[in-house]
Amino acid sequence: MVYLTRKAEFSASHYYHNPEFSAEENLRLFGKCNNANGHGHNYTLEVTVKGEVDPRSGFVVDLKQLKDIMHREVLDAMDHRFLNKEVPEFFSRIPTTENLAIAIWQRLETKLQRARLHRVRVYETPELFVDFYGED
Amino acid sequence: MIAYLNRRYRFAASHRLHSPEMSAEENRATYGKCNNPHGHGHNYTLEVTVSGPVDQPTGMVCNLVDLDGFVEREVLDRYNLQNLNTLQEFAKRVPTTENLCVEIFEILQRGFPYAHLERVKLEETMMNSFEYTGHNQPRR
Repeated sequence: MVYLTRKAEFSASHYYHNPEFSAEENLRLFGKCNNANGHGHNYTLEVTVKGEVDPRSGFVVDLKQLKDIMHREVLDAMDHRFLNKEVPEFFSRIPTTENLAIAIWQRLETKLQRARLHRVRVYETPELFVDFYGED
Repeated sequence: MIAYLNRRYRFAASHRLHSPEMSAEENRATYGKCNNPHGHGHNYTLEVTVSGPVDQPTGMVCNLVDLDGFVEREVLDRYNLQNLNTLQEFAKRVPTTENLCVEIFEILQRGFPYAHLERVKLEETMMNSFEYTGHNQPRR
């Protein structure tokens, strides 16, 4: 089994707010992230796939295909967007880094062909990142 | 939906690697420059990984304010800008980064109730790092 990791970067804005909580509760829970005008991050995405090396091509996965899928499913939808307002997953879910990693996993999982998705890692900053390995 | 949250912190501390169970020559041979009697320092980077189900109302594994507050109070305030050899936990143990990594894991394990502790990684320099996962199976 060989693991291959491809990185990408995107920039997006978001804010944290749960409409079921009072304004005070939202502010207490989410602090500065509760500002309704949003704030932004430069995200780094790392997608790791795993599989056996194909004896003919020597590849675990066709990197061009993986790159295209990541562009189509993630970057085109999220780069330079306001996540709460423009990405459907976050119309009703809070766009935390945890939920972002899960949403990106779900967008990619069914699109991959030969290789299996192993891990989605999303860096919100170099000091904060989340890993998601699927529902194991 | 179990997610793994990773958070990085920095602190600086000094130490001297010296074991009272070894002779002076053996200490020098084992620890080399790190055995210098006056000690030396590092800028450490600590990486803490916690895991848990993502709470739907908040979208979080645990609130970062709680994790940051705990690490600041219990780890950074204790070790930042200190000479590790003078601390009680290193009175009888050599303050190698291995031992410090295990010590920090245990502080979190004992005191942080809001998520499952997976792993502590401690970088002594950009070239050396150590990881401790306690009883957890390390995840790739």
